[in-house]
Amino acid sequence: MRVRVLVRLKPGILDVQGAAVQRALAGLGFDDVRELRVGKLVEVDVDAPSAERARARVDEMCRRLLANTILEDYTIEAEAAERLAPPGAVR
Amino acid sequence: MRFGVVVFPGTWSDCDFHYVISEVIRQPVKYVWHRERNLADLDCVVLPGGFSYGDYLRAGAVAGRSPVVEALPEFVAGGGVVLGSCNGFQILCEAGLLPGALMRNECLQYRCQSTHLLVENAETPFTRALRPGQVLTMPISHGEGKYHADPETLRTLRAHKQVVFRYATAAGEVTRAANPNGSVENIAGIVNEDGTVLGLMPHPERAAESAMGGTDGLQIFHSLLGSLVEDGAFLKR
Repeated sequence: MRVRVLVRLKPGILDVQGAAVQRALAGLGFDDVRELRVGKLVEVDVDAPSAERARARVDEMCRRLLANTILEDYTIEAEAAERLAPPGAVR
Repeated sequence: MRFGVVVFPGTWSDCDFHYVISEVIRQPVKYVWHRERNLADLDCVVLPGGFSYGDYLRAGAVAGRSPVVEALPEFVAGGGVVLGSCNGFQILCEAGLLPGALMRNECLQYRCQSTHLLVENAETPFTRALRPGQVLTMPISHGEGKYHADPETLRTLRAHKQVVFRYATAAGEVTRAANPNGSVENIAGIVNEDGTVLGLMPHPERAAESAMGGTDGLQIFHSLLGSLVEDGAFLKR
């Protein structure tokens, strides 16, 4: 079961990396960007009998390692495999 | 006093700590591989700086779940003390042995420079050779040293006098300009509630001989030895 985890800095925590990227975009003429925040995408292929079970396992993974919940929030999305990577992508 | 210097793949300050402990303060010391779980023959475990496991995912995240770090709560409960510097501080926070977290420097730059540290708590095994209000000079070398804690955690840190060092001017003033990485309240080093686990971003092992440009870092080692000699309170083993 393929599961996608999005890890993001919590709202209110200053994202200096996002701010730098936003400034770079402004330098390219994209001065209409109101806010930009950079996060992480983790793709997990987990051996599980059901989507619920896969989600529960990945939730545990997030709490124990994948996210630092002092700084970060995470969301878990169970997805069909073809949605995770473009056809022909090297894994 | 028996020291163990932990080595992870990617640690870089292990040899510096080993050198200072064996050649400067002349105490027994050995390297401890990150897969080791038996720390029974040690009094002090050192987590040195570097980029453990490449700092993949987050600085100190993978190391914070390694066998040697999982053995630390029992080691501390048994009377051992733990000193984590730089990446070691990040690892201790990731492992939950110290509150809060370390994140990307606010300036986005890797900062390798000398800093002044105001001593706030001189009643820990790591600082008892010092006095409150004293200013130490030690180098930092990190890209992710901005200490973060929520307001509730900061209140707890204050209530238990857990903030040990703050970035300051040479005169000991805690100012924004003296803060090299954007740490909340200029926090540079903290201890756990019992005072037996210290994490700090600066490198005491790089300020331990006059040839290095200063010896203020030695005060931490001398404090540890003094604690042992004076009361052995933290050494029940």
